[in-house]
Amino acid sequence: MTQTAPLRPRAEAEAAALPPLLARAEHLAGAVLLGEHGRRRAGVGDDFWQYRPMQPGDSRRMIDWRRSAKSDTQFIKQREWQIAQSVMLWVDHAASMRFASDDGVPQKADRARLLALATAILLNRAGERVGLSGSDLPPRRGQVQITRLTEALTQEDEDAPDYGAPELRGMLPHSRALFLSDFMGPMEGVRAALTKAADRGIRGVVLQVLDPAEESFPYRGRTIFESIGGSLSHETLKASELRDRYLERLAERKAELQELCAATGWHYGVHHTSESAQSALLWLYSAFERGAAR
Amino acid sequence: MMLGPIGFTVPWLLVALAALPILWLILRAVPPAPIRRRFPGVALLLGLRDDDSVTDRTPWWLLLLRMLAVAAIIIGLAGPVLNPRAEGDEARTGPLLIVLDASWASGRDWPAQSDLLDSMLAEAGRAARPVVLLRLSAPEPAAFQAAEAWRTRLTGLAPNPWAPDMEGAVALLPDGDFETRWFSDGLAREGREDLLAALEARGAVTVHESPAPTFALRPAVMADGIVELTALRARPGAAREVTVEAHGRDPQGISRLLATLPLTFAEGEVQATGDLSLPAELRARLTRFEIAGQAQAGAVSLTDDSLKRREVALIAGREDREGLELLSPLHYLEQALAPSADMLDGALLDILPANPDVIALADVATLAPAEQEALLEWTESGGMLLRFAGPRLAASDVSRDAEAPLMPVRLRAGGRSVGGAMSWGEPKALAPFTEDSPFFGLSIPDDVSVTAQVMAQPDPTLAARVIAQLSDGTPLVTRKQVGSGQVVLFHVTANAEWSSLPLSGLFVQMLERLAVSSVVAKPDAAELQGTTWQPAQVLDGFGRLQDAGTLPGVAGEALIDPQLGPDLQPGLYDGPDRRLALNVTTPETALNPMAWPARVPVEGLARPPEAPLGGWLLGLAMLLLMGDIIASLALSGRLMPTRATAVLLAGLVLTNAPMAKAQDGTDKALAAASEVVLAHVLTGDSQLDDTANAGLRGLSETLFFRTSVEPDDPIGVNLETDELALYPLLYWPITPDQPIPSDAAYAKLNTYLRTGGMILFDTRDANVAGFGASSPNGQMLQRLAQPLDIPPLEPVPDDHVLTRTFYLLQDFPGRHTGRSIWVEAAPPDAEQVEGMPFRNLNDNVTPVVIGGNDWAAAWAMDDRGNPMFPVGRGFAGERQRELSYRFGVNLVMHVLTGNYKSDQVHVPALLDRLGQ
Repeated sequence: MTQTAPLRPRAEAEAAALPPLLARAEHLAGAVLLGEHGRRRAGVGDDFWQYRPMQPGDSRRMIDWRRSAKSDTQFIKQREWQIAQSVMLWVDHAASMRFASDDGVPQKADRARLLALATAILLNRAGERVGLSGSDLPPRRGQVQITRLTEALTQEDEDAPDYGAPELRGMLPHSRALFLSDFMGPMEGVRAALTKAADRGIRGVVLQVLDPAEESFPYRGRTIFESIGGSLSHETLKASELRDRYLERLAERKAELQELCAATGWHYGVHHTSESAQSALLWLYSAFERGAAR
Repeated sequence: MMLGPIGFTVPWLLVALAALPILWLILRAVPPAPIRRRFPGVALLLGLRDDDSVTDRTPWWLLLLRMLAVAAIIIGLAGPVLNPRAEGDEARTGPLLIVLDASWASGRDWPAQSDLLDSMLAEAGRAARPVVLLRLSAPEPAAFQAAEAWRTRLTGLAPNPWAPDMEGAVALLPDGDFETRWFSDGLAREGREDLLAALEARGAVTVHESPAPTFALRPAVMADGIVELTALRARPGAAREVTVEAHGRDPQGISRLLATLPLTFAEGEVQATGDLSLPAELRARLTRFEIAGQAQAGAVSLTDDSLKRREVALIAGREDREGLELLSPLHYLEQALAPSADMLDGALLDILPANPDVIALADVATLAPAEQEALLEWTESGGMLLRFAGPRLAASDVSRDAEAPLMPVRLRAGGRSVGGAMSWGEPKALAPFTEDSPFFGLSIPDDVSVTAQVMAQPDPTLAARVIAQLSDGTPLVTRKQVGSGQVVLFHVTANAEWSSLPLSGLFVQMLERLAVSSVVAKPDAAELQGTTWQPAQVLDGFGRLQDAGTLPGVAGEALIDPQLGPDLQPGLYDGPDRRLALNVTTPETALNPMAWPARVPVEGLARPPEAPLGGWLLGLAMLLLMGDIIASLALSGRLMPTRATAVLLAGLVLTNAPMAKAQDGTDKALAAASEVVLAHVLTGDSQLDDTANAGLRGLSETLFFRTSVEPDDPIGVNLETDELALYPLLYWPITPDQPIPSDAAYAKLNTYLRTGGMILFDTRDANVAGFGASSPNGQMLQRLAQPLDIPPLEPVPDDHVLTRTFYLLQDFPGRHTGRSIWVEAAPPDAEQVEGMPFRNLNDNVTPVVIGGNDWAAAWAMDDRGNPMFPVGRGFAGERQRELSYRFGVNLVMHVLTGNYKSDQVHVPALLDRLGQ
């Protein structure tokens, strides 16, 4: 599969896909104003914390001469302690995410990638380290990491299974995590991943990305429903009859996720692709803030 | 096979209806096909079962729909026919003779008759019967032919506006035995029994006749200014009202309904009479009367000159003697003309536009030049001027030295009086009229005598102009042709002052002969002898007037007792000096219904038409199947109602979208009146018009940016329809093939030029031709400008105001750089004054500027302000374009400010004067 000749065009085509996603994500992230993310105590950082009188043991180098010149005692300028956390992203690559019920709404995978990258940009700006679980992209800071993330997120996987489960590979203990998926598949994987994460002290956010058609089930008549990968199918003579029972099951699924998250100390949210990505990003951001405040 | 009024052509196909119940069973079991959908939520659906209550069978109403469709197809294919013709009648074999009266009375029922005839021929064609069609109004020998051959000729058959020829038809009957169908018009006619006997000798005869009554209208009779109309009907019956319409031309010459008159047939009466009273104006315009709703020649009565009364305007030179009725110069004329002509009173110039037939001037000597001119024009276009002498004429110098155009002869001064106390001789009597006089044949009463008259100068032309003279040979009445009209002078007064002529009956007869009073009576046999009458318009069988085309003229003798036929068709005939109407009916016409013998079956024209229903049923089946498609889609959930309705609605909205139509006439005028607008003349060459428009747009933009003139978008004007007064400047590009404007348009253009408008003529050929007729455009310009009121021209002098109205210019390039631009010439007395840079030239705007530099192309800008055509080359070209814009600015400034810049030279002097 290593043909040198078409490599360059393919590489260029791949590269061409990066900037739009990155640009959209930057655009989305640019709309969110960063709040304070400090540790509320003096330490190593950029922001001013307080002046305190010089104490014995302090190096002369630490004296703030401008402040000290105003009075008789020497003062030392302290900065706020800022530390960086690691945030691992997991974006479902399964086939079920490649679904859009209408031309007017994006695919779930598309929206999930966008949200993940925008969150990564925001976190990066806030000084956190962001990585991608399930791939060899450990948490790092910087613009280069964002580019790598973009690259990793835009990789399409045609042979992906129908439904995916969160991966904890490469996650550091006591770090933070963001899981983006439709959570339509079997729940065992999700349950296992979340419990394991709780065991390792990983906290985070679960965002369920759903298509509007999955919420409303607007189908009627005799229909054969097939999963995107084609592995599952279900035939009904009167689809409209199934609607109520389907919605019931969906609600059950949501409730289960919610319960799971509550038990493991995660945040749970639902996002529909018909809604604006902005609101989802804001919610994600505030969810991380809350997590930080805890 | 018959089921009530419905028959089937292929009845055995109905057996297939028995298969319907089987179809029911088959159709029932088939569920609709599933749709495959991709849906990630399928994981949640796994294990859900359909309710048992949901059936996979087709619902009963859909089944019913399908069964109905199938049944409709089966029945439709079985060939159902409503009201099928009964077959098996033995009279329906063998040859068939179809006799048509096709007379003037057949017009109204002709469509029904044609339909019946068509179906009859169709039947005969199916039965392979040979057919002969015989039109009694135009009988021609014919052999038996296939019915289809006759059917193709059916559309060409029409009734003729005259009576059928029974005798001729007897001789033309085909050989052998045959069945006869006779389409009669229902009127008793001479020879009908004979023909019936001859037909019955050959076979069965069936008569088809419309039961509706036949109406006819006798020629209108004019009595005392009232038109008397008589309608006839064939059968006396219940009281019935018919409406007679009077058609005529309106002042524009368009035929219109002028009046209606209801006529009521009393019960049992066959005749209804009514009077129609119309103003003389309207009456003179009548062309025909017609019974409404009767499209046949007998119900139409054409009018000719006999309804018209001539209009005579009487004008006297002496109106100051009030109360002296019998001495009034017009009294006897009024008395003589009142019964047969309409009088017009008023001033001469007020009367002339009414275009009277005759104007009588009693002792009017001199006329104002305007009156003289108008009167001469009227006379030359066919008017008849009747003049009477009198003391004023005798005393005046009119036609004394030279013959006045409105006098037939020169007059000697003073006139003469004979038989008075102070003169010799007896009063003179009239000499008998000579043969070439229009009065020839009138007997002269003994007591007519002349005591005074004006005398004609002896002249070489005098003898030819005398149409009545006294016993001593002096002219009494003289006549002269002026153009297509004539001037007649009675050398005596119109009252009894100078002669007793106005008192006699001869005076009335003379006026009649001069066609002053109208001819009411029909021309008699003697008058018709030897004349030829040319048909102008003839009636067709439906009572419509058709152009006579190339019909030959008819001899006058034939009109004495007209026998209508192909050679003498009813219509309007033009004779030597009048028009005669020949109607289908005569004042003696009476309508008698035909009483057929009891043995002859008489049928109406209508019979229920044979209506095949197969097509309708198959169509219904198609509709049902369409419904089935929609219903099936709806059932299987594939019908997207919202989207489909949206598309349908969009379609409806699109088709119903009103066509926005520009009301350009008034809009144009409004736009032009509210802003300064430059205009160009539409030449009909769209490319040239576009260029002119773009050019003026470019010029308008330039003006907008550089000057305080801020014109709106330019407008193309149509010289024929648009008002020109709103545009200060007309740009007129010349192309060899543009149409020459009409006279009305030229009148408008001349008014425009006289009232300060300017036309810029552009021959656009300065690159190849100089000024003049050397190019096709130049020749076209000459032709176009010929009728225009253009003053003498000269090439623009160096000190012309055009050279300095805004910019100082030396020459006026456009796309070409021709030197010769022509403007109105300076007055010959314009002189260079000492100390002034230029002459004081003409005081107004030059009405035309003529050149060939194709300015519009140089000015032309597209919507973004880019020049559209290249001018010259490089920088020099751009300089040339700039100069052409400057010329345009100067031109518009010149139009709008006139010679303001010329007047500027006076400013120092004016300031000087103010300073003092």
